[in-house]
Amino acid sequence: MSKEIAILGVGMHPWGKWGHNFVQYGVAAAREALADAGVPWQDITYVSGGATIRCGYPGYVAGATFAQALGWQGAEVNTSYAACASGSQALAAARNKILAGECEVALVVGADTTPKGFLAPAGGYRPEDPDWVRFYLGITNPTYFALYARRRMDLYGDTLDDFAAVKVKNSRVGSKNPRARYRKCFTAEDVAASAMVADPLRLMDICATSDGGAAIIVSSLEYARKIGKANAPRVAAISLVTPTFASAVVEMPDIATDSAAAAGVEAHAYRASLPVRAYEEAGIGPSDISLAEVYDLSTALELDWIEDLQLAPRGEAAALLRAGDTALGGKIPVNVSGGLACFGEAVPAQALSQVCELTWQLRGQAGDRQVEGAKVGITANQGLFGHGSSVIVKK
Amino acid sequence: MSQKPQVPAIEGWHTMAAQPHLIGTQCESCGTYFFPKQSDYCRNPACDSTDFREVELSRTGHIWSYTNACYKPPAPFVAQEPFIPYAIAAVQLEKEQMVVLGQVIEGLTVDDLKVGMPMELVLEPLHETDDDIKVTWKWQPLAQ
Repeated sequence: MSKEIAILGVGMHPWGKWGHNFVQYGVAAAREALADAGVPWQDITYVSGGATIRCGYPGYVAGATFAQALGWQGAEVNTSYAACASGSQALAAARNKILAGECEVALVVGADTTPKGFLAPAGGYRPEDPDWVRFYLGITNPTYFALYARRRMDLYGDTLDDFAAVKVKNSRVGSKNPRARYRKCFTAEDVAASAMVADPLRLMDICATSDGGAAIIVSSLEYARKIGKANAPRVAAISLVTPTFASAVVEMPDIATDSAAAAGVEAHAYRASLPVRAYEEAGIGPSDISLAEVYDLSTALELDWIEDLQLAPRGEAAALLRAGDTALGGKIPVNVSGGLACFGEAVPAQALSQVCELTWQLRGQAGDRQVEGAKVGITANQGLFGHGSSVIVKK
Repeated sequence: MSQKPQVPAIEGWHTMAAQPHLIGTQCESCGTYFFPKQSDYCRNPACDSTDFREVELSRTGHIWSYTNACYKPPAPFVAQEPFIPYAIAAVQLEKEQMVVLGQVIEGLTVDDLKVGMPMELVLEPLHETDDDIKVTWKWQPLAQ
């Protein structure tokens, strides 16, 4: 039995710093997705919401919050919280429901209103909370991104110019995306002139946090045929694997890696394991991929992801970048939405926004950002506490 | 620095000796080390032990990677005024096969560091309260 489901419609509230309640963004995205799908809201029988923990109690019950805002009509609801993978987990919940035959068409939605600046933990003296520990000791989110970036420089010879080139590339294509928050074409000089945050990363190497909302209407393939959308793009795989002990890389919010000292234990890199399951599930390989949307929390991290997705051998992503292969028009365009560099992170919406971009690309509706002949796209992201995802969408 | 007593910023995470060690635990069954301490369950998926002993971790290792903090972190970090940027190192401990983060001692910058550089653990003030000086572990280049 096919494990595929159809993507009938997608929608996004533009990313920004609008200062509204997150529900408003989710509703706008949901209505756009419903209109795009041509499916009446009353026909949706399952609402799967990606939750945010930063919008108070309603954020915890996101599926119901959006269902109520759109008008209670009896649909079942689900709420998923999986840090940066929340949207993918919500999508997986909808897929399970559809593949189990308990739902024909579902709404998946995530939205966030994010605070300015560092994401900080609750106060007090709480050494049992790794997030509290690291902030107390002066280790913030950019610390981790910078450690990975410095390691690329040391192991592979990546340069500051390479990192800046990622920003320049993404801002160029993001400037053509009406849903992006930052739409200025930045230059390498702009990046170099921005303040150093965590050496070697400057302010413009690191993504901001934004308000935003994204929504997707998914259905069984049968339902898609029934409403004349047999050719709609399909979700071919959703990988939500957790890490394998022991961690090879020190990950937010931890102060140390696992120990790999025990017999039979090896150190494993989590990011690289995420797409492996996705490729297996979709029955395809990296050479089949037309484009990728990856979680560029920093410019250097985009290069890590390219290798984690096996789109380049380990250590060679910068060579791909320098050759223009990852730019629009290149062999394997990466982040043609503009990526987090142009959006800023809206946690529960971000993984869904990646799928929205792939959908527009596979339909040939991406306008100035269109990847010619796009057939298969892959997303990747990673968040706190062993959460991550990789989704494959194909024509 | 004042005459206030020096106390650990986080109680029980390191010794207070002149040559300090981080205090971790080790699984009695499979030998996995834990820092911070873990004494209730072993996180090695092949091990279901609940027996642990407290151990002092290696106080030397090699830099896995490094960076710095150019901006003042938010609370619970307690910043000096004016804020002075500090370097941070991720140090690989060979015996334990783990990487531990920490600040680098005051006065050093990223220009003084390199991946693979041998480092040792020392104690330095993190911040001062009305009653005492809170110290924590930091990394410094190993004296040759």
